[in-house]
Amino acid sequence: MAVDERTSTSVLQPSFSRLPLASRALAFFGRPFPWLIIAVAALFAALPLWTGNVPLRESLLLAAVYITLASNLNLMIGYAGYVNFGNIVFFGLGGYIGMFLISTLGLPLIIAVFAAGCLVSGLALLFGLGILGLRGAFFALATIGINEAVKAFITNFEPWGGAAGIYLPLDVFAELGGPANALWVVYFALVAVMAASLFLSYGIKISKFGMGLQAIGQNEDAAAVLGVPTRLYKSLAYAISAFLPAVAGALYYFKSAFIEPGGAFDLTLSIEAIVMVMLGGHGTVTGPAIGAFLYEELRGALLTMDAFSHFQLVIAGAVLLLIVLFAPGGLMGVVYRVWPRLRKVLP
Amino acid sequence: MTGVLVSLIDGVLIGSVYGLAAMGLTLIWGVMNVINLTHGALIVLGMFAAYFLTAGSGLSPYATLPLVLAAGFAFGVVLYWIAVHRVVERPHLMSLLATFAANMMLIGIGTALWSTSPYNVPVSLPGISWGYYTFTGTHIAAAVVALIIASLLYWLLHYTRIGKAIRAVSNNRQAAELVGIPTTRVLSFAFGLGAALACVSGTLIATLFPFTVLSGNAYQLKSFVVTVLGGLGNPAGGLLGGITLGLVEGLAAPFMPISWTPIIEFALFVAVLILYPRGIFAFAKA
Repeated sequence: MAVDERTSTSVLQPSFSRLPLASRALAFFGRPFPWLIIAVAALFAALPLWTGNVPLRESLLLAAVYITLASNLNLMIGYAGYVNFGNIVFFGLGGYIGMFLISTLGLPLIIAVFAAGCLVSGLALLFGLGILGLRGAFFALATIGINEAVKAFITNFEPWGGAAGIYLPLDVFAELGGPANALWVVYFALVAVMAASLFLSYGIKISKFGMGLQAIGQNEDAAAVLGVPTRLYKSLAYAISAFLPAVAGALYYFKSAFIEPGGAFDLTLSIEAIVMVMLGGHGTVTGPAIGAFLYEELRGALLTMDAFSHFQLVIAGAVLLLIVLFAPGGLMGVVYRVWPRLRKVLP
Repeated sequence: MTGVLVSLIDGVLIGSVYGLAAMGLTLIWGVMNVINLTHGALIVLGMFAAYFLTAGSGLSPYATLPLVLAAGFAFGVVLYWIAVHRVVERPHLMSLLATFAANMMLIGIGTALWSTSPYNVPVSLPGISWGYYTFTGTHIAAAVVALIIASLLYWLLHYTRIGKAIRAVSNNRQAAELVGIPTTRVLSFAFGLGAALACVSGTLIATLFPFTVLSGNAYQLKSFVVTVLGGLGNPAGGLLGGITLGLVEGLAAPFMPISWTPIIEFALFVAVLILYPRGIFAFAKA
C-alpha cells in the first residue's frame, strides 16, 4: 500500500481527543475553519435572498446537494480508503422514504426528513455489517451491487409506485406557505445540511475516530494490530456517511415533488460524486467541497453549450482519468505542495 | 416439470456465454490485480461491432467473431497503455477509478453516437424442438462458440510461450521479471486478451437479446457475480461460475418475473463473497 498517495496528514493536536467535552467544543470553535464553514453557508443563504435571483438559487441548491454528497462520500473514500461506488443509494432511498412518509402517511416535512435520515443510516449499518468484511476491490463491487439491487427492488415494489414512481400532490406545499415559499424553505434547509456535512467531516477528521479511520485507510492490518476496532469504525463510518445524504435526498425530492427508481438510483451521479471528491482532493475536508462546487459550475457550463451537452460524461471521465493518473491528490494536493502552511488552515 | 428442465438447459446455454464474458474479467484480475470496470463498455462495443458489421456487410454475426476478437485485442492493448499502465502497482482505489473513468468516456461517446435506444442483430437459425418446447438455435450456437473460445484460451494459457508467461506473471511478477520475462508487455497482452474476450462475448450476447448502449452495466454485474462464484483470477472457474449463474437464472425464470433476477444475483454475489471469498470453484485452480 503506497502511503505517499495520500495528501491527508493529521491536523490533530495530540491532546484534542482527551479534552473534556466542553473545552473540546471551545477548542473546536477556537480554530478558523469552523468559522469559515459558517461564513460560506451564510454566503450561500444570503446571496440569492439579497439579489432575489432564482436561477442563482437553483444553481447553488445543486451545489449544496453535491457538496453534501461529496463530503459524506469522502468519509469512506478519503478517510477509510474504501470506494463506495453505490453512494447514491443513500440519497435515493432517503428521497423515497421521505416521499412515502409525506404522501402516504401525511407526516410534516421535518419529521419525514429526519425519519428518512435515521432509517437509511440504520439500513446502512445493516448493509455495512454484511459487506464491510470485504476488503478493497471486493467492497467496491458489493456497493455497485447494493445500488443495483435496491433499484431493482424498488422498481418491483408496488407500494412505492414501482417503475412509475411517486408524485406529491401540490397541496403538501400549503403548510410551508405555498410552492414558491416552500422552495426557499427547502433551499435554506439544504444549505444547513451542507454546513452540517462540512462540520461533520471536519469534526471526524480531528477526532480519535477520524484518526482510526485514516489509519485504516493507510494500512488496515497495521491499524488493527495497533488496536483500532476496524470493523466497528468502518461500519460506523458507512452508517454516518449515509445520514446527511439521505436527509438531502428527502429534501431534494420533496422539492421536485416526483421520484422514480431510474433517476433516484442513477449510478452516474454516484460516479460524479467520486469525481468531485477526487477533483478537490480525497481525504481533505475542503477538497471535496471545492471539487463539488467546481464540478457543478463545469457541468452547468457544459450543459448550456450546444457542442458539449452530449459529452458531459465523456468530459467527467476524462477529468477523473487525468486526476487519477497525474494528480492523485487533487486540487488540494497541488495547493498543499505550493503552500504547505495552508494544510493547517484548510484541512 | 419438463418446463423447468428446459429452462435449466437454456440457462446453461446462456450461462456459458456469461462465463466467457467473465473469463476476460477474471484473467485481467488474476494477472494484474486490477478490476476492470471498462468490462461492461467493452461488452457493449462487441455488441455494436456485431450490429454494424452484420448490417454493413451482410455477414453472419458468427463470421465477424475473428475480426471482433482481433479488434478487441488491439483496443484492449491501447486501453492498457492509456488508462491502466500507470495504476497497476498502485492501491485498488486508483485502478478502480481509472478504469471507471475510461468506462464513462466510452459509454458517453457511445450514447452520443448511438443514443440509448435498443438495437438487435437478427439471426435466423433453426432451433431444436423437444415436445412443446424449442431450444433456440442462437442459444445453442452461442454456447458452442463460447466453449470453443474457452478451450482456445485454455490452450493458449497452458501450451504457448506467451500463455506460460502470463501465468508466470500472475503467479509472481517480480520472479517473472527476474527470469527475463518482459512483464509489462505481458500485462498489456493479458489486458488485450481480457478485452477481446469481453468484446466477443458481447457479440454473442447481441445474437441472443436486444441491447442498448447501457446494457453493459447489467452484464458487467453478471460478470462480477460469475467471477466471484468461480474465484477471482481463475479463468477455468469463470466458465463453471457462468454456467452456475445460468442454472440459477434458469431455475428462477419459471417462478418469478424477470425483473427480480438482479436481486437474486446480488444476494448470491454477497453471500458467496462473504462465505467463500476465494470462490466456490477455488479447487479447480490448476
